[in-house]
Amino acid sequence: MPTDQIVQYCLSGITVGSIYAIVAIGFNIIYNTTGVINFAQGEFVVLGAMTSISLAARMPLAIAVALAALITALIGALVELLFIRPAKQPTVLRLIIITIGVSILLRETALHVWDEKVHALPFFTGTEVSSVTLLGAHVSPQVLWVLGACALIVAGLSLFFKFTLPGRAMRACAANRTAAQLCGIKVRWMVTASFMLSAGVGALAGCVISPVTQTQYDMGAPLAIKGFTVAILGGLGNSIAAVAAGLLLGLLEAFSISLFPLAYQDVIAIVVLLAVLCFRPSGLFGRRDAHAFGEF
Amino acid sequence: MDRCLLDTQGLNRFFGGLHAVRDLELRVAEGDILALIGPNGAGKTTTLNIIAGALKPESGVVRFRGKPITGWKPHAIAGLGIARTFQTTRLFPRMTVAENVQVGRHIRSRAGFLAGMFHLPRTWKEERAIREAALAILEKLGLAEDADTPAGNLSFGRQRGVEFARALAMEPSLLLLDEPAAGLNIYETAELARLITRIRDWGITVVIVEHDMSLVMEISDAVVVLHEGSILAQGKPAEIQKDSEVIRIYLGEDHA
Amino acid sequence: MRFRRYAPIAGLVLFVIALQLALSAAGAAYYFTQITMSVYYSLVALGLCLLMGYAGQISLGHAGFFAIGGYTSAFLTTHNIATSGGGSAVRLLQQLGLLVERQDLYGNAIVNLSPWLALAIAMAVTTAVALLVGLPVIRLRGHYLAMATLGFGIIVYRVVLGTAGLGEADGFSDVPPFRLFGWLEVNGRKPFAAQNYYIAWTLVVIVMLLGANLVRSRVGRALRSIRESEEAADALGVNVARYKLTVFVLSAWLAALAGVFATHYRGGIGPSEATAFKSIRYVAIVAAGGMTNLWGALTMGVLLNFLSLRGVFGSYDDAVFGAILIAIMLFAPDGLVRVPRLFRRIRKKLDGSLSA
Repeated sequence: MPTDQIVQYCLSGITVGSIYAIVAIGFNIIYNTTGVINFAQGEFVVLGAMTSISLAARMPLAIAVALAALITALIGALVELLFIRPAKQPTVLRLIIITIGVSILLRETALHVWDEKVHALPFFTGTEVSSVTLLGAHVSPQVLWVLGACALIVAGLSLFFKFTLPGRAMRACAANRTAAQLCGIKVRWMVTASFMLSAGVGALAGCVISPVTQTQYDMGAPLAIKGFTVAILGGLGNSIAAVAAGLLLGLLEAFSISLFPLAYQDVIAIVVLLAVLCFRPSGLFGRRDAHAFGEF
Repeated sequence: MDRCLLDTQGLNRFFGGLHAVRDLELRVAEGDILALIGPNGAGKTTTLNIIAGALKPESGVVRFRGKPITGWKPHAIAGLGIARTFQTTRLFPRMTVAENVQVGRHIRSRAGFLAGMFHLPRTWKEERAIREAALAILEKLGLAEDADTPAGNLSFGRQRGVEFARALAMEPSLLLLDEPAAGLNIYETAELARLITRIRDWGITVVIVEHDMSLVMEISDAVVVLHEGSILAQGKPAEIQKDSEVIRIYLGEDHA
Repeated sequence: MRFRRYAPIAGLVLFVIALQLALSAAGAAYYFTQITMSVYYSLVALGLCLLMGYAGQISLGHAGFFAIGGYTSAFLTTHNIATSGGGSAVRLLQQLGLLVERQDLYGNAIVNLSPWLALAIAMAVTTAVALLVGLPVIRLRGHYLAMATLGFGIIVYRVVLGTAGLGEADGFSDVPPFRLFGWLEVNGRKPFAAQNYYIAWTLVVIVMLLGANLVRSRVGRALRSIRESEEAADALGVNVARYKLTVFVLSAWLAALAGVFATHYRGGIGPSEATAFKSIRYVAIVAAGGMTNLWGALTMGVLLNFLSLRGVFGSYDDAVFGAILIAIMLFAPDGLVRVPRLFRRIRKKLDGSLSA
């Protein structure tokens, strides 16, 4: 394969992989605080993108994106308050089923509020034909936005969880709920906060990738599955590893185009998922008790 | 010399860096009540779990009547006639007391999927036998009146009793008890002592992990003291009570 | 005394017959189609109920087994094996009467597998896949198991959607009828509507009978014990892994069986039968019926599918099932259908008044 094609594939893989990584980080945030896997994670990405697309028609792009992230974060809080908090005997099974139901509701909401057509946010800089030369390959400047956003989100969240009080409070809840309560941390609100954070971060990811991959109301579920695959691959709860795992999966998918027909491309992520679940459920980098440590 | 029912040799188990069980050589004589005691973290429950198949040792052998059973799955070990109880009661809360004990008859019955689905005549007899055997055990333990109550609704003490009944329904030759006196008051503990002695008199060998010293000293035929994963002392209860090493690890240097 | 346990089944049979007579008399026989399909769908729910309620394993991919059954049978009964060579094998099958010869639109001879043979092969394929998927997956818990089964379902969906030989997005649409014996045939033609209604219900009644028996048997107790506490069940001699796998395969069989019959009934099958949303629907039905309640799964299966097929939910179809899932889990985790409990309460009241 010629070098510039390799670089092309690599960049495309890294771009998509960054989004998977962010979805995975969204999973980890909620999992670390509550032990719940939020099947509706992908819908936050879609809702964020769709909202920003509608808003961008009326206001500057930057504000539209920021506002969309905020609105989606609020939706995340709403989801937690309406559907998670009232659960009387919250067994793992019940919460899984609830989040599945939520993902369906959000998807249908997206369908009825917008429509089934494909939409896209305008490119942040330039247009769909502008390109930047990177390592011999031509890429859209949006790719740089994606990579930049991902790096910013990871860095921002690291700082948030390490140095701010709310961040540390959330980690405390993950490590030991009762002890956190005894310290005066309002665990219930930490749970809500984790949903808000997850949703907001997902929305940002949706906005930044929308010009490249376009957005459709039903993209949430495949994203959720791939995000979950990445989260598991890195080790559930470990977000730094999620980044590495995300890039890995993205690259795998990008290069697989040369081997498999497009129709089967989604299957790759699932095969990876099944392989990890069967042979190494703790992930490539995870410890079996990652949840107990609540690491970011 | 009593026949050795169960023995372990060179048993080792690590938890990360912690050497929980260290070259353990345990011998359980048939017909005995053997108590496994020691300070917290000595490796008592770990040993029990290894014997019951819930944990795999890193090295070493566990033998039952001379036959190695190391690394066998729990249900296979149960099939040999080795029953166990858990530190926290693991009843089937939404099933009735009678049904809980009936599950105890699982290894003593055979009806499989096909027999179950088609409700064949030969299974009618087996089902009736299972029901009667379960009821008989409940009566022996004084729990028959709760037979149709969901097990989760019972008081803690009676739940413990059901767990015993369930284990006894297996007609085991070896019964492993993990801290059965935990959470029981003086009267309940006395009843427990009577029950365990009765069980021994029925011919069942008992290995009991316990912290309640008075219970241990009262009913045991043999006592094994574990400390940091290996045997510190073993012998009859009276001997152990006087052993200075044992006193030291329990009460500190001054009392030795 | 022994016959009292079969009273609910007898009640069901009477209800089925009464319903058919009533609908026919009222000239509303057009309901039969949707009822029949709903009954086939509820067969999947019954299997899933055994898996989720009794063995305690969630599966978000059971539509995949429905599809495997339906697609295998559709393919084998429409694929012209005369074009695939293998002359001596073909002749052997012909002698055994396992082939069906037809003529296509142009008068050319087509040789397909007989539906009975197709059924047997479909079940064999299902068994193989269920074992292949079940063995590694059965060790998983909670969300890992959910995701793994979801992943399996999606793989099936992608395969049937993307394979030219399986009709891609269009699926199969000319699946021949399934001649059971004599004049009894599974097909979608109007004069046969009542017949097919009874065929579907017969399958379900048999499964209910076997299922109800199983649940009360030694195996049923063992399964319930697994759901309550795997560790304790293991310690009592229940081979947890083997039981879980067996129930998984059984539930796969039921789904595939439903798939085969439904495909011949409708004369076709498409990728929409294998979607994750279909799988989630089945879970919603079992949850709404009460996870451990076979009668609940049957009732909800027939009711909800019927309403959905009649378009009562409109374009909010998926949303309704999503809402049901959430509502049940939040407010009625033990399900909505309490038929056995109702029977018991009625019986207690009767006993009380009789002895008074």
